[in-house]
Amino acid sequence: MIKTKFSLLALGFAALVAAAPAQAAGGGKTPERQNWSFAGPFGSFDRAQLQRGFQVYREVCASCHGLQRIAFRNLSDPGGPMFSEAQVKALAAEYKVKDGPNDAGEMYERPGRASDRFPSPFPNEIAAAAALGAVPPDFSVLAKARSYSRGFPLFLIDALPIPGGAYQEHGVDYIVSLLNGYSKPDDPNWNDYFPGNKIGMANPLGDGVVEYTDGSPKTARQYAADVAALMMWTAEPKLEERKQTGLRVMAFLLVFAGLLYYTKKKVWADAH
Amino acid sequence: MSGPSTYVPKSAIGRWFESRLPIMGLIHSSFVVYPTPRNLNYFWTFGGILSLMLGLQIITGIVLVMHYTPHVDYAFASVEHIMRDVNWGWLIRYAHANGASMFFIAVYIHMLRGLYYGSYKAPREVLWILGVIIFLLMMATAFMGYVLPWGQMSFWGATVITNLFSAIPLVGDAITIWLWGGYSVDNPTLNRFFSLHYLLPFMIAGVVILHVWALHVTGQNNPTGVEVKDVKRDTLPFTPYATVKDGFAMVVFLAFFSWFIFYVPNYLGHADNYIPANPLVTPPHIVPEWYFLPFYAILRAIPDKLGGVIAMFGAIAVLAFLPWLDTSRVRSAAFRPVYRVFFWVFVICCIGLGYLGAMPAEGGYVIASQILTFYYFAFFLLVMPLLGLFETPKPLPASIADSVLMRGGGGSAMATGAASAPETK
Repeated sequence: MIKTKFSLLALGFAALVAAAPAQAAGGGKTPERQNWSFAGPFGSFDRAQLQRGFQVYREVCASCHGLQRIAFRNLSDPGGPMFSEAQVKALAAEYKVKDGPNDAGEMYERPGRASDRFPSPFPNEIAAAAALGAVPPDFSVLAKARSYSRGFPLFLIDALPIPGGAYQEHGVDYIVSLLNGYSKPDDPNWNDYFPGNKIGMANPLGDGVVEYTDGSPKTARQYAADVAALMMWTAEPKLEERKQTGLRVMAFLLVFAGLLYYTKKKVWADAH
Repeated sequence: MSGPSTYVPKSAIGRWFESRLPIMGLIHSSFVVYPTPRNLNYFWTFGGILSLMLGLQIITGIVLVMHYTPHVDYAFASVEHIMRDVNWGWLIRYAHANGASMFFIAVYIHMLRGLYYGSYKAPREVLWILGVIIFLLMMATAFMGYVLPWGQMSFWGATVITNLFSAIPLVGDAITIWLWGGYSVDNPTLNRFFSLHYLLPFMIAGVVILHVWALHVTGQNNPTGVEVKDVKRDTLPFTPYATVKDGFAMVVFLAFFSWFIFYVPNYLGHADNYIPANPLVTPPHIVPEWYFLPFYAILRAIPDKLGGVIAMFGAIAVLAFLPWLDTSRVRSAAFRPVYRVFFWVFVICCIGLGYLGAMPAEGGYVIASQILTFYYFAFFLLVMPLLGLFETPKPLPASIADSVLMRGGGGSAMATGAASAPETK
C-alpha cells in the first residue's frame, strides 16, 4: 500500500514537472514577491486598497490604459471595491458614452450609466499607437496576462498546498516591480523588470501625485501596490467567491472521501 | 468473462421489458456481477476516473458552448463574458480548462499502468489499440479546445501545429491550406476547430464503449499478470467491491482536481493566453499545453522538419504495436526485475522530455532531447523485443488467490483456503 501511494505521488509529481511554465521575459530582473491580502486559499481583497487602486487608475492610468471589460456596475459588486450604488451612478455619469443610432439614425453621446462598460481612452489600437508610439495594454485581464519564470524547483512548490505555495500572483508581483523599477533618472524609458529593459511608458507614479483621503501613505510604492491589487480584481472579479466555494467543496470532498474509505474497508474486510 | 447474464427481473414489467430489450441484464452483467480480480490495486481505478472525467468535460463543455462565440472578433470577449457575467461561469470554465489537464494526468497514469503490468499483451491487443485510438482522439480534442479562447498561445499554437502538415512532400502546402480554410489560421480555422472540438468527445465516448466492451470480453489484467483460473477464488463481483473502491478513488481524484479549480486555476495554463490573439505579434516562446510537451520535445529533437513530424507521430503510433514488440512470456513487471528498471528509466525519460519541451530549442537542450528521444524509441523497439528473450522472470504465483493470501497478515481471509507456497516454474 505504502509503495503504491508513493508511486502515485511520484506520478503526480511527474505530471507537475512536465507542467513547467515556459516564460519569455528575457533581460528583466526577477520580480519581488509581495504580501497580498488576496493570496492563498483564504485570501480576500482589501476593499480600501481596491478603492485607492481605483483612484490611482482614474487619476493616473486611465488617460492611456482602458478597462474595457469592466462595467461601472462591477465597482459595487460583492467581492470588489464595493463602492455604493449611488457612488457608481455618479461616477458613470461623469463619462461620455457613445450610443445610438437615435430616431434620426445618428450616433450620439450621452452620460454613462452603471450598466455601461468603461469607455477606452482611444477608439482603437492604431489610434493609440499613433498618439503614444506604442499600444498601452488594456487593464482588464492584464494581471493574468503577465507572468515570470520561477524556475525549477520553485514552480513545483507554486502548485502545492503548503505555506508559500498556491502561488497565483505572478502577474501582480511583476506589475508592482515594474512600477517600482524605474532606476535610472537620466533614462526615463529604462526599467529593471521590463523584458529588454526598454519600456515605452515613462514612470507614471511619483510620491504625492494622488491625494489619498484614508490616511494611507502617499508614496509611489503604495500607489503601485494599490493599482496592482485593483488589476488583480479586474482580472479575477470572482476570486473571493471562488476561494470561499473552494473551501466548502474541499470540506465536503474530504469528509465524503473519509466515509467512502471506511465503507470500502468494511466491504473488503472479508475479501483479503 | 462476463458470460450469459444471470439477471432475473423481479417485477412483471421488468420481465416484459427484459424479453424485448435486455438492457438491464447488460448493466447487471457489466457492472454488478462482472468478476474483477481480487488483487487489483488503486492503479486500476483510473479507468473509472477517466470515464468520470469524460463525462465532466462533456457536461461543462455543453454549458460553455451556450455562452461562447466562435468568431475571431468575439471568442476572447465571450470567454471573459463567461468569467464575469455568467452565473458560476468561472467555475464551469476553470473546471473545463483544468479538467483537460486532469484527464491527461489520469490517462498517463492509466497508460503507464498498462505498460508496467503488461496489460497490452495477448489476449488484450484490441483493447490496448482502442486505448491508443482514444489517446489520439483526446490529443486532437485538447489541441483544438485550447485554440477556442483565441488568446496568443491559442493562435500561435494552432499556427505551429497546423504548419507541421506542410512538411509532407508535394501535397503538404495544399493540405495545410485545406486545414486552415484559407491562407493562414483565421476565422474559418476557429470555426472548424470549434465544430470538431464538439464532435470528437462523442467519438471518444463511442470508442470508450468499445474499449469497455473489449475489456469485459477478456477480463481485467491484474498486478500478477496471471489469468483468472477459478472465478470463485480469484475474483470478486464488481458490485460492491469495485464500485466502492472506484468511488473512493474518484472522490480523492476530485479533491485533487478541485484544488486546481479553486486555488491554482491558472497554474497549468500560460499567461500569454490571456492576451487576445494577434497575428502580427509572435510570442517569444510558443509552448503547447504541458501534456503535449514530451511529444513537442521529440518533434524539435530532430533537425529535419519532416523527420521531426514523423518522429512525433511515430512516438504515438509505436504504442499500437506494443503487443507484438514485447516478446516476454510474463506480463507483469512485478516478476521482471530487469524490465522494471528499464520501465522506470522510461518514466523519467518522459518527464525529462516534458521538461525539455518547455525549454527553448537551443544548445544543450536539443542534445538532451535527442538522447531522451533515442531512449524513448529504443525502449519500445530494442528493449521490449530483446529483453523478453534474455530476461529470467521471477517465479509467478500459481493463482491470483494465492498471491493475495501470500501477502499474509491482513486478517480473516483464511476461509478461502490454506495459503500455498509459491510454485517455481
